Amino acid sequence: MSSADAPPVATRGLGIEWPRIVLPIATLALGILIWDLVVRIKDIPPFILPGPGLVAATLVSDWALLWDSLLVTLATTFDGLALALAGGVGLAILFNQSRLIEHSLYPYAVILQVTPAVAVAPLLLVYLPQQAAVLACAWIVAFFPILANTTLGLNSVDRNLVNLFEIYGASRVKVLLRLKLPAALPYMLGGLRIAGGLSLIGAVVAEIAAGSAGAGSGLAYRIAESSYRLNIPRMFAALILLSIAGIAIFLALSLLSYLVLRRWHESALASER
Amino acid sequence: MTGTRSKTIAMPPTNAPPATSAPVVTLHGVTKRFANGTLALDQIDLTIRSGEFVSLLGPSGCGKSTALRLIAGLGEPTRGGITWSGARSGRRRNGLDVGFVFQEPTLMPWATVFRNVMLPLALEGVDHGVATQRVSQVLERVGLTSFRDAYPRELSGGMKMRVSIARALVTDPPLLLMDEPFAALDEITRFKLNNDLLELWRAVGHTVIFVTHSVFESVYLSNRIVVMTPRPGRVFTEINVDAPYPRDDSFRTSAEYARCCRVASQALSCATEGVP
Repeated sequence: MSSADAPPVATRGLGIEWPRIVLPIATLALGILIWDLVVRIKDIPPFILPGPGLVAATLVSDWALLWDSLLVTLATTFDGLALALAGGVGLAILFNQSRLIEHSLYPYAVILQVTPAVAVAPLLLVYLPQQAAVLACAWIVAFFPILANTTLGLNSVDRNLVNLFEIYGASRVKVLLRLKLPAALPYMLGGLRIAGGLSLIGAVVAEIAAGSAGAGSGLAYRIAESSYRLNIPRMFAALILLSIAGIAIFLALSLLSYLVLRRWHESALASER
Repeated sequence: MTGTRSKTIAMPPTNAPPATSAPVVTLHGVTKRFANGTLALDQIDLTIRSGEFVSLLGPSGCGKSTALRLIAGLGEPTRGGITWSGARSGRRRNGLDVGFVFQEPTLMPWATVFRNVMLPLALEGVDHGVATQRVSQVLERVGLTSFRDAYPRELSGGMKMRVSIARALVTDPPLLLMDEPFAALDEITRFKLNNDLLELWRAVGHTVIFVTHSVFESVYLSNRIVVMTPRPGRVFTEINVDAPYPRDDSFRTSAEYARCCRVASQALSCATEGVP
């Protein structure tokens, strides 16, 4: 057989276009400018609304403290995310292998998800040591999207491929490892991307709930502490750091997803125009 | 119309296998009723002999795909049985004994052409070195050697189908089952793949059961056409196509081809309308 029919090959980079970088930065600069002008013209005192210059200065002067706190929060976030990944994928595989387990447990996974973490966090702090409670909170918030997406992925396998594996007499383990898990990978990574942000939120919620209890030293704890002391510039500085951390987590997980899927999945390929 | 008649079209001498060659698979009164009550197949008797190229021809709903799936071991007949006599080791059929080509290429999008073709050998636990050599041979046979590291997404429809055929052939199965494999392709690609398939069949010498709803395709490819009726699926008649191989594009334009197509076409319309 010859290969007369030409292959349409289409791959692209991360698809970065200049307007998509320049425009948000311009918007940000404009926002900061207006913020600064409002603070100056209205002569607003710093304990109500600090100007951007003061926030930046605080970020620099309190850097050592804030950086340590950021590391604590990030450690919780990543531990929570790792546990959520293991738990979510593990549970999804279990559900996929046994209808009985799925029907028994799935409703409770949903209940765990729909109950607001803010309301659960104080209770966790009653029963668990603080560090474990914060981690548990991050886990609870983050694991559901991974579970739901991976379950969907495991159930979305091409029926013909399932038949093909059956014809060749593949065992359940081989079907799982060679067919179902690879097919579920894009879904799983989609869930992970959502879970990354949620894990940070879970960590922050638990830190704030634990805040008055004392021993915490994460960024959210710094925010709570600063609020009691009316140290508004430090609140802003900590908040900015949290935002940056959230964006960085999302970008890192997007990059991971792209690197894993770039050779074969539609989501990572450019459309031909 | 339940009776099975045989029409033989007088043709010059043939290189088709004699009707006495050993059966590979035999269907005895195979009936399949689905859980929803649909009677898909009703009392199918069919013997496929070694080296034959048999087409199952019929309109959609005649159960031809169901028959093929049963032969492949996907599901059990409600009544009747399938005797398998083509197994290479012992009497039990295993995964290496059939190759199956679906209507869609049905490739794993996350694996390269090479890994896709290697799948049946990997599932059987064939030694990696042996498997690698075998996959290279098959890829060369279907003309895809230079695309071994490409992903399915990067291939055209015709090339994906060739990968699918290579995967079915990689175990060197005595029986190749094809379920409307070229139905979704454009005519030019389909003709080309028809020729390539005949070439492969003549070179390898396996038995082929080919499901199609195209009269032209069935006449061009096969030495026997089994015409089926829809709802419920029954064998209406069998037509032997005695035109000699190799068949090529000149056969497509020959008077014999036209005549065979007319006969098959009439049989198909009788089968569809239920008038013998």
